[in-house]
Amino acid sequence: MIEVILLSFLSAFLLPLFFRFNKKLPGIISTLVAFFLFIYFASTLPTILSGNVIKESTPWFPAVGINFSFYLDGLSLLFALLITGIGTVVFLYASKYMEDYKYSARFFVYLTSFMASMLGLVLSDNLILLFIFLELTSVTSFLLIGFKHEKESSRYAALQALIVTGTGGLILFAGIIAIGIIAGTFNISDLLSNQQLIVQHSAYGLILFTFLLGAFTKSAQFPFHFWLPSAMEAPTPVSAYLHSATMVKAGVFLLARMNPILGGTELWQNSLILFGTITMLFAILTAVKQTDLKKILAYSTVSILGTLVMLIGIGTDFAIRAMIITLIAHAIYKATLFLISGTIDSQTGTRDVTKLRGLKDKMPITFATAILAMLSMFGIIPFLGFIGKETLLDSVIRSGLYFPFLPIIVFVSSVFVIAVASIVVLRPFLFAFKKTPRDVTEAPFRMWIGPALLSLLGLVFGISATYSLTSIVNSVSASIFNFNSDYTIKLWYGFNLNFFLSVLIVLVGLVFYRYRNIFIKIVSHSAIINYVKPSFWYDKFISGLNKLATTQTSLLQTGFLRHYIIIIMLAFIVFVGYTFFRNIPLSEINPNFNSTTYEKILAGVIVISAFFVVKAKSRLYAIISMGVVGYSIAIIFVLYGAPDLALTQFAIETLSVILFVFVLYKLPKYQNFSHPTRRMRDFLIAGSSGLIITLIVFYVTSIQLQSEVKKFFSETSLPIGMGRNVVNVIIVDFRALDTLGEITVLGIAAIGVFSMLKLILREEKN
Amino acid sequence: MYSIILSSTTRIVTPLLLLFSFFLLIRGHNEPGGGFVGGLVAATAFLLYLIAFGVLRVKRLLRIEPLFLIALGLLITLVSSLFGLFFQEEFMKGFWLKEEIPILGKFGTPFLFDIGVYFLVIGVILKIIFSLAEEDKD
Repeated sequence: MIEVILLSFLSAFLLPLFFRFNKKLPGIISTLVAFFLFIYFASTLPTILSGNVIKESTPWFPAVGINFSFYLDGLSLLFALLITGIGTVVFLYASKYMEDYKYSARFFVYLTSFMASMLGLVLSDNLILLFIFLELTSVTSFLLIGFKHEKESSRYAALQALIVTGTGGLILFAGIIAIGIIAGTFNISDLLSNQQLIVQHSAYGLILFTFLLGAFTKSAQFPFHFWLPSAMEAPTPVSAYLHSATMVKAGVFLLARMNPILGGTELWQNSLILFGTITMLFAILTAVKQTDLKKILAYSTVSILGTLVMLIGIGTDFAIRAMIITLIAHAIYKATLFLISGTIDSQTGTRDVTKLRGLKDKMPITFATAILAMLSMFGIIPFLGFIGKETLLDSVIRSGLYFPFLPIIVFVSSVFVIAVASIVVLRPFLFAFKKTPRDVTEAPFRMWIGPALLSLLGLVFGISATYSLTSIVNSVSASIFNFNSDYTIKLWYGFNLNFFLSVLIVLVGLVFYRYRNIFIKIVSHSAIINYVKPSFWYDKFISGLNKLATTQTSLLQTGFLRHYIIIIMLAFIVFVGYTFFRNIPLSEINPNFNSTTYEKILAGVIVISAFFVVKAKSRLYAIISMGVVGYSIAIIFVLYGAPDLALTQFAIETLSVILFVFVLYKLPKYQNFSHPTRRMRDFLIAGSSGLIITLIVFYVTSIQLQSEVKKFFSETSLPIGMGRNVVNVIIVDFRALDTLGEITVLGIAAIGVFSMLKLILREEKN
Repeated sequence: MYSIILSSTTRIVTPLLLLFSFFLLIRGHNEPGGGFVGGLVAATAFLLYLIAFGVLRVKRLLRIEPLFLIALGLLITLVSSLFGLFFQEEFMKGFWLKEEIPILGKFGTPFLFDIGVYFLVIGVILKIIFSLAEEDKD
């Protein structure tokens, strides 16, 4: 499986190359890649359905238990099929939809990388690996939402999604590490065989909290849902793919995956049901008020995500089955509806439902597709959505949890789902045609074929559910529960309570759709919904953060070099001085003042030139005096047998004097001397740091340092490092990683100096 | 500010300094020297040329953009560190050739690393100095 994921990433990065030959190639190639992956995963179906799992592992950091471990079971296979199957449709659609965009190659690079990351996420057997792929989906989602980066709103939405899901991801990371410490492994398959370990640990609550935050932010649960409607800034294929069918389900996947490891407790059950239910109801109530097709779909997606979370929370085998069926049904019909909203947008020039009317005659195929998808969303027999709704009602009532509130809330939100589906499909297509910004024609082939096939799939799966879905649903619930279940899914259970409720929901929903304006008026005037605005608090938080950053930056970074030096020196005096005086009694400082004549002369030279530096009347004198200090120090290195240090010191001194002279040339004349009190302050700061350094040097010379390192380096330099110059061997071999870091910093510093001098100057000129 | 003494000396001293920097680089692993000092000395050679003849002339002499030297240096150090990848060994594991190479002597990845440092240091110093010196003309 590692090959499959690598291949997907590789193909993503090769796409721009094909773009040079033909602008249409990236779209076509990525469609083929997705299709090939779909075939690959479909070919593993027999193995997985017969109850086996496929495991693969390639070492990465085996010492800390981080490996490229992949694990294909029912749950991950279902997601992989959704990712690649719906991916194929979306890529095909996008290959037409994105044709006229300037950076279409870039778009397919992002989208293919997303697909690869998402596959990696669902196939990971290692929690750290899972986290990395989870973050990669956040990053690719950021790039895709911000694809139209010239637009301010796109950038805002992209950043918002990244901050919300990224923060959740980082918090999740803490939980993952905690699990690793407690269990001694990051492997999900190992954790599965030791289920009670985490649940019974005292840190369970905290770990659960991190996982819930990670899953809730990713799957847009209340109160973190707001990023998903904003994310509709992305091109429509992205919304269909990432923000309805796959990425937003990553959180649900995570919860399902962790269900055997973290689930089964009351805390788990109650928090999932609570947040799932709030999300389900709140989002669908908000959806009805929207007028933008994509926003309506986005809110209804949030609502379904809430339903899925709630079902995992209920956690009975009926509920898990309902969750799986709803997930499949939703992925199929919602991706279809999103793609149709994109088609409507590109064919008519608007997505505003109040401006769209009677498209049925102009776009017959799209209309038929939309009707099929809508019927599945309605939950009309024999569509897959029907089975989803039946099992949903059944499991909620059967569980007996929070009776009668939970069934009532499910009922109410189901009614609203009907209304939302009607607004999205019936309103734009039925009735008399209303003029739109563009002349309406049927969508081109590549844009209707995919959605049409998907919507038919909803029908086919519904009719053939017993044969087509039973085994995969059993296999998936086996991975969520970690035991085998044997249950046959049926389309028709007879005239039972669930069926009547289902019919009632549709009828009430349609009536509600007819009179929705009354409701919208009530809701928009009710205070509660307007008061609960997480996006408002998000904005407050972000602007507060910015203000804090501005304040503390202007406090610490004044732009005056002397202030920086003062801060650095003060920090040194306070921290080093405190540590020194606390730990070292002054009586232990017995410096050895014996010195040779050379040393005495050099010391004299240094002191005198330091005095000249301070008293110099021009910068040139000061710099030259500094140079004298530097050279004298270099000579001391020579006296003490450190030729390498001396060489470097000489070269550096020479260079810094030259550098100073170049800088000097640009500085204003040296006229203003600081005020005496300020000079006094500087004297005190400089004097105290000098004093501390002197005391430290005195102390160091008065004790015998025992260093193992010194011995090691001098003994191994030649046999292992192949060099007699220990200093050089340390730099380029023993501690080469440090050197690599240092030279990277040097390079960046050079680029920094260049950009500060050149770019700012150019700006001023313009 | 043309000085005949400076320019004539520079013509002789610059190649000598460059030669010396190369000497420092290759002897560094066994005697005092190394990529860092070598790079500093090489940069000084170009600086001397700059002081004598100006930025344009030294740029013509150098032919390549200092930023390129920085990138080249980083690339060389990185490549030298990645050799272990091909032999199932750790990152930055040192590899040495069995045979000695004429002039260079023993050759191995740590030496390659030092060459990277050498180029990077030249690049960094020249980039900074060029940025400062060019600004004058604006």
